[in-house]
Amino acid sequence: MRLIFEKGKKGRCGIKIPKSDVPSREFPSRYKRKKDPPLPELSELDVVRHFTRLSQLNFCVDTNFYPLGSCTMKYNPKFTEQVERISGFSNLHPLLSYISEEAVQGALEVIYETERLLCEITGMDEFTTQPLAGAHGELTGLLLISAYHRYKENKKRYVIVPDSSHGTNPASSSTCGYETIVIPTDKDGCMDLRLYKERLSDSVAAVMLTCPNTLGIFNPHIKEVCDLAHSVGALMYYDGANLNAILGKVRPGDVGFDVVHLNLHKTFSTPHGGGGPGSGPVGVKGEICNFLPIPRIIKKDGVFRLDFNRPNSIGHISPFFGNFSVILKTYAYIMLLGREGLISVSEHAVLNANYIRARLKGYYELPYDRICMHECVFSASRQKRYGIRALDIAKYLIDKGFHPPTIYFPTVVKEALMIEPTETESKETLDRFISAMVEIANLAKERPQALKDAPKTTPVKRLDEVKAAREPKLRWEG
Amino acid sequence: MGKMNVPDGLLYTKEHEWIRIDNHLGTIGITDYAQDALGDVTFVELPKVGDSIRQFEAFSSVESVKAVSDVYAPMSGKIIKVNDGLMESPELINQSPYDKGWMVVIEIFDENEKKNLMTASEYRKYLEGIIE
Repeated sequence: MRLIFEKGKKGRCGIKIPKSDVPSREFPSRYKRKKDPPLPELSELDVVRHFTRLSQLNFCVDTNFYPLGSCTMKYNPKFTEQVERISGFSNLHPLLSYISEEAVQGALEVIYETERLLCEITGMDEFTTQPLAGAHGELTGLLLISAYHRYKENKKRYVIVPDSSHGTNPASSSTCGYETIVIPTDKDGCMDLRLYKERLSDSVAAVMLTCPNTLGIFNPHIKEVCDLAHSVGALMYYDGANLNAILGKVRPGDVGFDVVHLNLHKTFSTPHGGGGPGSGPVGVKGEICNFLPIPRIIKKDGVFRLDFNRPNSIGHISPFFGNFSVILKTYAYIMLLGREGLISVSEHAVLNANYIRARLKGYYELPYDRICMHECVFSASRQKRYGIRALDIAKYLIDKGFHPPTIYFPTVVKEALMIEPTETESKETLDRFISAMVEIANLAKERPQALKDAPKTTPVKRLDEVKAAREPKLRWEG
Repeated sequence: MGKMNVPDGLLYTKEHEWIRIDNHLGTIGITDYAQDALGDVTFVELPKVGDSIRQFEAFSSVESVKAVSDVYAPMSGKIIKVNDGLMESPELINQSPYDKGWMVVIEIFDENEKKNLMTASEYRKYLEGIIE
């Protein structure tokens, strides 16, 4: 693979710059470059071939199985792309809504209705679709919690998270000025209830939980965890990264969660992972609604309006209404699938994960051996005896045509392999993946070097990740 | 998992830090087990000289290709020296966790905190429990 910079030839050109039709003026010399920029000189065809080739090297869910745990890399149905391209939506400028609400009624209705649907799915009272990604949703959620406690004049200092939490949970807490209390995982794979009770106090602002958690396990004591938090005036925060497991089965709001964020790009099947922007709407209950970002979209006499009159609002957290196209695709996805369709999403996601769990547990260590939800976490500890690490397994899977699972996360599992098949894969695909994993388990014993040599089919072979991290080269130097 | 090096004479935490106490000064680092579990260390964040650290609270973090992990203080004290060499060569933690890979030296506030730590033989036993 040559870089585009290496493909240029002096004097070659792919564009014709039109004659200037405005009077020319000289730039002040202090703004001028001393030297021409080192841009590659190429024909249009050179450029087209280069980028087409790169796109063919791209590994995506449209071409291969992508069981990247925690990321919910399900297939993104193409009809939502068609909906997004309807010109009435795609040609809208967000500023238009500030000039004339009447001119954008359709778009406002989509946001309003999506918020209502998300409330229905999660059991919350109100939603904001403004946050632009999951971590942004967390930040918004924590800002809401902190605004609520300040308003109530509650003295709060801590946020509790389990040690299996997403790293963004403590990061969001500390960004909002809270200190994090980390509770270890018990032998059943859930937050240790006894230690939780010990650390819970009235200076705890919130308890952040992912449920099912990153081990794919639904906490059977979740109601008790919520009730205990409420008894000391703490709010319950639901990290919605794993909502794909419980659609139509459990509603976080019914269990006792006060604030939830969702990842539309995961559960509601919009492109992500370099393929598209994310969206991390936040839902709240009761009094916390007063603090939601402005503008709120309200419906008055059948007309959708922007409401800026929310004196306790935390203000804007993104320009306009968030990533509108993602919200639109989500709306289309929910409306197409309907209630039964969404329930079936979760049932198949859970069934597929348990199929993999049951078929592979004879070959890989399963540290928390129980029925899982939408993902299962193995450990490569048996393979490590032969010098094979999770990383080697991941690299060999690339050669077999599969995207590797998430590795080394959650950190509570050593040499973790976190597999999330999602509902959109067929049994045949799962069987092919399982055979590849069985082959790897055998190779680890018999011919470990074969795994160490992987990948062999990629344009570049095993990359030196340590060197890349220690001596990063972030720009091309000709 | 190979045999982990646990030198005698040092004191250890459950979070896999060690401290070498010498005349009210304590040199602190992470254990052989910790560096092995982390994998190749790529970045170390160190506190500043003059900072105070408290027993069992995070005072530094160590980043590997796999994860970022907090490092907890084995004892409370004031930082009087940090190992700047780790900035340029974080791999020292992997190559020499008990010697060239030391992280900070503290002036110990309270030697009684020693009783909350493990001796080498206790830590060895503790590791056996983890490794199976």
